[in-house]
Amino acid sequence: MKRHLISAGDLSRGDAVQILDTAEELESVGGRTIGKLPTLRGRTVVNLFYEDFYEDSTRTRTSFEAAAKRLSADVINFSARGSSVAKGSSVAKGESLKDTALTLEAMGADAVVIRHPASGVPHRLTNWVSGRVVNAGDGTHEHPTQALLDAFTIRRFFPGGATPLTPRAAPDGSAIVSGARSSSGEADRRGKGLDGVRVTIVGDVLHSRVARSNVLLLSTLGAHVTLVAPPTLMPHAVQTWPCLAGYDLDAVLRKSDVVMMLRVQQERMTAAFFPTVREYRRRYGLDAGRMALLPEHAIVMHPGPMNRGVEIAADVADSARSTIVQQVANGVTVRMAVLYLMLGGAAEEAA
Amino acid sequence: MCAMRPEPVHEPGPGGLGDQGNLVGQGAPRPDGQGEVVRQELQGWKAVLTPEEIRRALTRIAHEILERTHGGDQVVLLGIPTRGVYLARRLAARIGEFEGSPATVGSLDVTLHRDDLRLRPARAPQRTQVPSDGVDGKTVVLVDDVLFSGRTIRAALDALNDLGRPRAVQLAVLVDRGHRELPIRADYVGKNLPTAYREKVRVQLAEFDGVDSVLLGEGGR
Repeated sequence: MKRHLISAGDLSRGDAVQILDTAEELESVGGRTIGKLPTLRGRTVVNLFYEDFYEDSTRTRTSFEAAAKRLSADVINFSARGSSVAKGSSVAKGESLKDTALTLEAMGADAVVIRHPASGVPHRLTNWVSGRVVNAGDGTHEHPTQALLDAFTIRRFFPGGATPLTPRAAPDGSAIVSGARSSSGEADRRGKGLDGVRVTIVGDVLHSRVARSNVLLLSTLGAHVTLVAPPTLMPHAVQTWPCLAGYDLDAVLRKSDVVMMLRVQQERMTAAFFPTVREYRRRYGLDAGRMALLPEHAIVMHPGPMNRGVEIAADVADSARSTIVQQVANGVTVRMAVLYLMLGGAAEEAA
Repeated sequence: MCAMRPEPVHEPGPGGLGDQGNLVGQGAPRPDGQGEVVRQELQGWKAVLTPEEIRRALTRIAHEILERTHGGDQVVLLGIPTRGVYLARRLAARIGEFEGSPATVGSLDVTLHRDDLRLRPARAPQRTQVPSDGVDGKTVVLVDDVLFSGRTIRAALDALNDLGRPRAVQLAVLVDRGHRELPIRADYVGKNLPTAYREKVRVQLAEFDGVDSVLLGEGGR
């Protein structure tokens, strides 16, 4: 593992598989009578969440907080909002990022989980703190733990790579064995990537850190990623990314094992990227008709929060193919794995 | 009771300490020829248990478990990864042969409960599998390959505590090599192996290593 988790591109295939395998084992913790492990006792995790109009990060912050607490780490929430909510905070009083970082350093933070509306801030922070830095979303740059939880969710349905799990048998997640033989399936996923799985990511790719992280991570794991977006919402340099790109959703759907719908980030739309919501929905929204084009085994994902009726129709979001609720649950598990692997062991010697 | 045959204890060479009972991937010579009697001395590793002796020890332990637990009802064998899991499965299979009904077997990973986590890089935890009806009220027999400092078993007791409240917890090990650092003892021992602290004990099992053997090597290099 790298010292910090800033970009999904920092992870080698081995790193990524190790995180997913660790998450498999940590999943059972939540279901136990005592849903807590003593592993990170005495370690301090700071959730440093800069929020503004663009960033409502309650979901990610609570996910990280739950993950850290299940591993018995001490959690300090350092939320900073430019306007009303945290009026008394030092950030609202004009403290610079560097001064905040030095404050956290003085408090003895072993890891800082940071969300910031500006791209590149987590990387900057690594120069100022001695603990580990985990990027929980920076501007339109990256959101690596979201990509990890998406990869974890996909691997549940495609355990051996491209071969799908037969009939919609959702992974049960139970760790149960009786008799002298271990249950198959679950153990088979260990060590595996996502080789040959066809993933289509649809929507506002331009503003989406989720898309960027997913392209990097899923291609590292061997998946074939295709981006579909209106020309106005496709990044200019997309041909340099390790994926295909296109403008026609219907053509791609028939050849997709996974469809990931991105949120239309209306708050980031400072220019007219598409004429009307209705036209966007017609061409790039996933409704029941479009879902019927998908292969029988395909799943529908969404990083949340959803705009029902815009990029995804309500009946699709609630259908059996949708993994949206599982993604949220898997988020805690995968973040536990990341925190454990970064903080659980000895600090690696400076390479 | 386990026969305490006087085994020739290999005199330790000078050098560092072995901190683990079972060292994996230390480049030990793998005795070639599966199943044949292996008693060879190669590069300081001495075979102290042959496949037959391992088989007999496990058969005896299986009988002892049945005797001590009055027929093995309500017994759950939990192996500690990696090799403890295979030993637990072998014991369960034998209990099944003797009693007609297979014993319940599972695995218990202790990585996340260890007290030496900060001394080495983080490792991915191994599989924990417990019976669907839990361990509450059962007699849990922890199974491991080598009993050394006792720290692994302490971690296992903590891990077990989080899973439920067994009626009793017992411990079965293939090799007890001494040098306990905690007040822990085994209920069932395949072989008591007097060792020097710096010596290394290496258990190989056919399911994982391709061959059954217990090797004693001098520490340091």
